[in-house]
Amino acid sequence: MSRPQPPIAMLAELTHVCPLACPYCSNPMELTKKSDELDTATWARVFAQAADLGVLQLHLSGGEPAARRDLVELVKAARDAGLYTNLITSGVGLTEAKLTALDAAGLDHVQLSVQGITAALADRIGGYKGGFERKMHVAERIAEIGFPLTLNAVMHRHNLDDLPATIALAQRLGARRIEVACVQFHGWAEANRGQLQPTADQVHAAKATVEAERERLKGALVIDFVAPDWFSDFPKACMGGWGSTGLNITPAGDVLPCHAAESIPSLEFANITQASLSDIWYDDAAFNAFRGTDWMPPLCQSCDRRDIDFGGCRCQAMAIAGDAKATDPICRKSPDRAKVDALLNVAPSEAPFVYRGRV
Amino acid sequence: MKDASVPCLPRGVRLHYDKVRQTHVLLGPERALILDDISHVILSELDGTRSVGAICATLAERYAAPVEQITTDTLALLTDLAHKRLLDHV
Ligand code: SF4
Ligand code: SF4
Repeated sequence: MSRPQPPIAMLAELTHVCPLACPYCSNPMELTKKSDELDTATWARVFAQAADLGVLQLHLSGGEPAARRDLVELVKAARDAGLYTNLITSGVGLTEAKLTALDAAGLDHVQLSVQGITAALADRIGGYKGGFERKMHVAERIAEIGFPLTLNAVMHRHNLDDLPATIALAQRLGARRIEVACVQFHGWAEANRGQLQPTADQVHAAKATVEAERERLKGALVIDFVAPDWFSDFPKACMGGWGSTGLNITPAGDVLPCHAAESIPSLEFANITQASLSDIWYDDAAFNAFRGTDWMPPLCQSCDRRDIDFGGCRCQAMAIAGDAKATDPICRKSPDRAKVDALLNVAPSEAPFVYRGRV
Repeated sequence: MKDASVPCLPRGVRLHYDKVRQTHVLLGPERALILDDISHVILSELDGTRSVGAICATLAERYAAPVEQITTDTLALLTDLAHKRLLDHV
């Protein structure tokens, strides 16, 4: 295997603390306690190591990153290291004073999540009354300061039909970009599959909406849409391949090749307090586990799409086929494709959401 | 985008020298574009006051190159960036 290229992006999960309780939470089943979080000085050291390694983009995320009292200091440390800093937030807990301080610290960009286009739906999804209204206030303040804004919309059965209105909301809030993603059923979301899984018709309609809106809003709003691959013949590529473009750091300092990597029980992760980021990126066993093509099953090894989709998503293979080394079960050639179809046939359920518990 | 347009990099989009890859890059929301020498020279000229035409005239003189060629390259680059919302213009 040739030496990997340096990473471009790093996701720093500063904390698992979050005021919301979304039923599709993508944080791991096992949340990190506040007392086990990395401290300010350690994060600052990690940011400097990341920049030296070649990381250009830093995403500050959580949980809710605004729940960290040292958020402003962390942004300053990241900018001092030379990183492009992006804050991924629900907006709850971002006071006016904090936004002003983040501006002074050099924050480059804000990504604001929305759970729905009305207070009734958004607050029901987030499990937090008054959340939507707070978010709209934060959005106004963001616009006043002039931070470039991306709206993050996580879509599912209850809001996918609102996609045109969600795009309109992004425009009304002055966003330059909107990121539309469908719920992924790894981890917590699994317990809410019947409640959240959109229908095939909804997904097809969303694809058509995105195509038309992209054309109409060219130069005004960028629409990034990651359509779920459930109804496709082939899996989505895993961002240029496992361990090829980015890395993740958990609140406690574990370094992961992908945000969902902890769902693969055979992997063990190095901790940033024990090794340098560079040693981990180039030499850690978890990063090398699915690099290149040697690990692939013969089905993928001999396939002409091998270097296009890299055998698909390792976490999806784990979750559905029960084996992280299997061909992504989305693939029509996979012996496990029937398991995907069975899951897609799970009847829509009106049962109450199973909300994410708090730390 | 026309000759008379005045382009600028909006807040949140900036030039950066990547010392690891030893190249200039343009950083923006979820984007890191590797710039070739020509693109870097053009983007370094944007000051929010001069028009595309004025910038191209400066570059044509500095590099003793035909202004038509430079204008074509510049308009193509800036239009593409504007579509990606990495560039504003009035
Ligand atoms: S067999 Fe493997 S490489 Fe080929 S399309 Fe399916 S997942 Fe991709
Ligand atoms: S392994 Fe799957 S979940 Fe992880 S980054 Fe790749 S595609 Fe995403």
